Order: sequence, then C-alpha cells, then structure tokens
Amino acid sequence: MNVSLVEMKAGQSGIISLIRGGPGFTAKLNQIGLREGKRIKKISSIFKRGPVTINVDNFQVAVGYGKAIRIVVEVDNIETNSPGR
Amino acid sequence: MKRIVLAGNPNVGKSVIFSQLTGSKVMISNYSGTTVEFTRGQLNTETESFEVLDAPGTYSLEPTSKVEEVASNLVDKADIVVNVVDATNLERNLFLTTELLERDVPIILALNMTDEAGHKGVRIDVDKLESLLGIPVISTVAVSGEGLKELVDSLSLSVNRSKIPLNISDRWSYIGDLIGKVQTVVHRHHSWLESLQDASLKPLTGIPIAGVVLFLAFQLVIGLGELLHEFIDDYVFKGVYESLLMYLSEFLGGGGFLHNVLIGQLIDGAVDFEESLGVLTTGVFVELGVVLPFLAVFYLVLGFLEDSGYLPRLAVMVDRSLHRLGLHGYSIIPMVLGFGCNVPAALAARNLESRRERFITCTLMAVAVPCMAQLALIIGLVGRFGGAYLAVVFASLFFIWVVLGLIIDRVMPGYTPSMVVEIPPYRVPSLKAQAKKLGMRIKGFLIHATPYILGGILVVNILYTLGIIDYLGILFAPIVQGMLGLPGEAVSTLLIGFLRKDVAVAMLVPLGLSARQFVVGAVVLAAYFPCAATFTVMVKEMGIVDMFKAAVIMVVTAFSAGFILNLLLDTIIPAAYLAAGLVVLSIVLPLVLGSTSDRRELSDLDDAA
Repeated sequence: MNVSLVEMKAGQSGIISLIRGGPGFTAKLNQIGLREGKRIKKISSIFKRGPVTINVDNFQVAVGYGKAIRIVVEVDNIETNSPGR
Repeated sequence: MKRIVLAGNPNVGKSVIFSQLTGSKVMISNYSGTTVEFTRGQLNTETESFEVLDAPGTYSLEPTSKVEEVASNLVDKADIVVNVVDATNLERNLFLTTELLERDVPIILALNMTDEAGHKGVRIDVDKLESLLGIPVISTVAVSGEGLKELVDSLSLSVNRSKIPLNISDRWSYIGDLIGKVQTVVHRHHSWLESLQDASLKPLTGIPIAGVVLFLAFQLVIGLGELLHEFIDDYVFKGVYESLLMYLSEFLGGGGFLHNVLIGQLIDGAVDFEESLGVLTTGVFVELGVVLPFLAVFYLVLGFLEDSGYLPRLAVMVDRSLHRLGLHGYSIIPMVLGFGCNVPAALAARNLESRRERFITCTLMAVAVPCMAQLALIIGLVGRFGGAYLAVVFASLFFIWVVLGLIIDRVMPGYTPSMVVEIPPYRVPSLKAQAKKLGMRIKGFLIHATPYILGGILVVNILYTLGIIDYLGILFAPIVQGMLGLPGEAVSTLLIGFLRKDVAVAMLVPLGLSARQFVVGAVVLAAYFPCAATFTVMVKEMGIVDMFKAAVIMVVTAFSAGFILNLLLDTIIPAAYLAAGLVVLSIVLPLVLGSTSDRRELSDLDDAA
C-alpha cells in the first residue's frame, strides 16, 4: 500500500517508494538521509497539518507537512510491529 | 603552517574535537547548527604546529544555507580535512565523505561517538573501513578525549598521502555497499531516554512536556534570578558597596561634573542605586546587581535545554503554529536564544534556509523578544506595580510578535518552505561542560556589555549637563508626550536605548512614572529599535536594505503599540483584562486567519509535480 508520510499511521513502518518534487527538493531530503528505498518508521504527526517525525536508521527526523505529503511510503502489509515498538 | 579543517554533518561533535585539540573555548550544544561561523585555533604537536578551523556542520558540499556555504568554502582552503563522522549514523555521514574524497585534499576520518554507537548496538570494522576508503580512520569519543592522540599522530602521516581519485556516479549505492561490508547492527532494547525521546515527539505527551518545560524554565529564571538579585543587593550593594561610594562622594566634594558622572545625584543625601544615575552607582548596579543574576540563571537553564537535545523537539511542537507566522519550527531556536541576548540569536538565524524566513525571524525577534538584560529590569521595575502590569508588557510583546508575523507573511512574496531537521538523541548534560559554557557566556556578557552600560550612563550625564535632553524633550514632545503620554525627558531613555536597553529601562525610574506610563515605556523600549550590538549583527546578516525595512517596521510597530496602550490601559481596560484579552487575541487570530505560507507552498509544489 502506497501512502504519503502524512497518511501513514504512527508506529507503522515502510519503505520510501517515491519523493515527489524537483531536483533541489529531492537532493535536500537525500542529504539528510531520506531517499527512495530507505526503510523508515513513523513516530508521530503533530495534529493534522503539523510536522511528521520518523525514525530512519539510528536517527530521527522531523519533516514539515508541506514536505511530508510529497514523500510516498510503501507501508508494510503485515502489521508485525507493535505500535510502541 | 598547515591548515586543518574539521568538516562533517551537523551535531557530530566537530566543536568538541576542536576544543580538545586546540584548547580554545567554543560553544557546544546538542542540536544542529550551534556553530554558524568558523572558529580558528592552533594545535601544537611535538614536531609541528597546525592551524585548526572548526567549520559549521553541513550535509553536503553543495550548500543549501548560508551556514553550509561557510563550511563548503573552508574545505577549499584546507591542507588537511578531518572529516568528523557520527558512528551511530555512518551511512548518512559518509555522503559528505564521498564528496570530500573527490577533492584534491588529504582526509582523515574521525569516527566519533563510538561509545554511543556501541550502546545502540552498532559495530563498525574500523580496519576494513580504512582499507575500503583508502584514508586513515580513527575511532574517537571526543567528549572524553578518547582517540584524539591517535588522531593527532595521524596528522603527520596524512601529509605524505597522495590524493585518492574517486569518481562516484552513484554515491548512495557505493555507500550502501560499503556499509554492508563494515557495519553490523545488533538489536537491543529501548533505553528510558529513548522512550522519553519518542514521548516528547507525540502530540498527546509532547505538548504537555513542552508546557511543563517552558513553565519550569520561566519559573526558574524569574524565581531563582530574583533570589540571587536580592542576595547580591542586600549583601554586596547595600552592605559594603554603598558605604564605599559614600566615602568617594565625600572625597569628590558631594558635587561637580566628576561627581555627577561617577556617583550621580544623591537622593536625600544618600546614594540611590536606581535613581542616582552615576557610572559607579546605577551603572554598576544595573550590570552586576540586576542583570547578571537573571542572566546567569537564564544561561544555566538554556545550557541544559541545549545540551539535553530538547530544543529541536520544541521546534517540532511549535512548527504548526509558527507556520502561520511565516516561520517554521526551527525558528524557535533563535527566538529562545534571543531571550538571552539578541546578538547570538540573529547569528543563529543563518541556519534557516531562505532569505524570507531569516528576515521574518530576525525582525520578529528584534521587535518582540527582549533580551534577559532588559527583561531583568522590566521584571524588577514593572513588577513593582503588580503582576497584572508585568503581564500586560509580556502580552503586548506576544501580541506584536503574532500580528507582525501574520502581516509580514501576507505582504512578503513567496513562502517559507516547511522544515526538514534532524532531531538529536537526548543526552544527559555533563556538569563540567555546563559550567564551562556558563562561564564563557558570563564572561562574554561582562566583556561586551560593560563598555556599553558604563558608556551609556556617561553619555546621559553629558547630554543632561549640556542641556541637550531638555531641548530634545521639547522637540519630540508631540510624540513622547502627545502619543505615548510620557514626560518629555523620557526621550533620553529612547536615546540610550540605542546603546543598551537595560540602562534605558532603568532610566525610567527617576522620571516618577505611573504604572501605565511605565508599561508604555517598557514596551516601546523593547520594540522600537535593536541595541547597537544587535543592529550591527543584523546589518551584517540581512544586508542594509532589509535592515532598513526591518527598522521601519520596528519604529512604526513600537510607537503604534505605545499609543494604543496609552489609550486603553487603565483608562478603558484594567491591566489584568487587557493582558488576558491580548493573549486570547494572539491565539485566536492565527487560527482564524490560517497560513499564507502553507497555501503558497502547497500550490507551488503542485505546480512543480
């Protein structure tokens, strides 16, 4: 199932399948470690249109709403992970 | 002398290594973007001396902010680059390394925070990494000094190295390959710090946590600051210092120009630290008796917030609200720093991506965030009229901050892009590092503020003696008296405010103002213009044109606010109701009006996609 970071639920894991945006936008996300094929886990979103926070490897990133809706994630089908990890 | 540049991602510990290598003191915190300019130091080994430059953090040599530009330029000037890498996030950190490898410069990789990596279950085969990259790799724990001797030893080795020609078409697959060969990750359980880490990012727990942290910080600064202030006042100033000054006063003959400058006016035959307005009386009292206690406590609290790693989490919590003012969450860091001193705050704004958000951040900060020096005086002096009046001052500044943000965001073309920031792990701050940082900041205050505070008082005395204040008082009467309802002499405080805001607020005391007048004076002084030191930095950061625009905004805002307060406060609305009303308006207005930046960003991205 492909959804944006915003639509993903807290506690869900998945793989970034698409970053929708220009080269500058993609490069900026790549540099900080977010790129297509990367496994991530969503920690939270702060209300409906606030930033989304995620775990990538060993670090955490906050992505503002305007950027988060451009990041598409292929969410794991089987919910093997408990929400609290 | 060979030049070493420390380069690496933000918050990997470059400044810690720098300070360990050179013995120089630099600001160190646990969040991205503490270092915004490079610092120079010297490292002497047994055989030779090196110049060491501590570069700001960058993710790439193709910079996206002013800060990253500084870093990228420094690398070009290096004889040796020490690439500091966070061992817990090797993969992402190696991106910059691959970019560096393409440059014609010897590189040493400092694999830092290996202790933390160990705790997180990350194992890295250093020898293998070294042979695969073809550069020396030294495992370090900078905060404890581990591995730094080896790092220094490798400096002389690297001198003979030839450059490594590496042309990597697809960096990430190269890095992925490398990681697969050198790194193993063992699963382990969450530590309590990590559980707290997640809790402070979830809205249900994060917002109460933010509330508690801010409330405690505020209470601590006010409460402990007041306590410290009273202690110094009673035991040092009223106890010892006052009698010393009385001897001096007698020695100077109780009058004359020198007496006026040093001691000022005797009030009922005695020194009055608030009203005498002499360099040695009011000047020294304001700096050491009032400002210093509050500032010391503030920096103690700030140091803890910085080093624990909480500030970026606060940025996440306030991101949505700040977006409505044309900012995003990370702008909260310059705002928080601004409560200490506006100068480092204006510098910290460099971490922000666009000119637009730098402009809004700097302007709002300079207008509505009074520095601790000024706050200490406002708390002490306005507080005497009662908490409600103090609340009016804070509420007015908050209201100005919100309304200005809403207006600038709508008027200024473009939008503020939403943020992408790394959130550092929580770390327990080390007491030694905290003490060092506090010491640096207090020393910085004493060195930079003293000439302005004492100079400011000297200038006032000269202006009074020459009768210039009286003349200006008459000239500006329509504004000062007519609009703001202050006595003509108050123009002197506006003049001194250009030099030091704390002294300016203190100078309101001898004017014998009513509560309303004092509130108006304090708000206008806070907002009308930055002090000389802040002004200089802002011109440098924003350019003269933007600074001019900001200055117009400040002057117009301050005098309109003063005028409105003078009209409403106590005459139409009692202080407590006015304060409450302003706060409610400040919260409701952005909710009703929504965010222009948001709309513009979304439509812009839709066009691009």
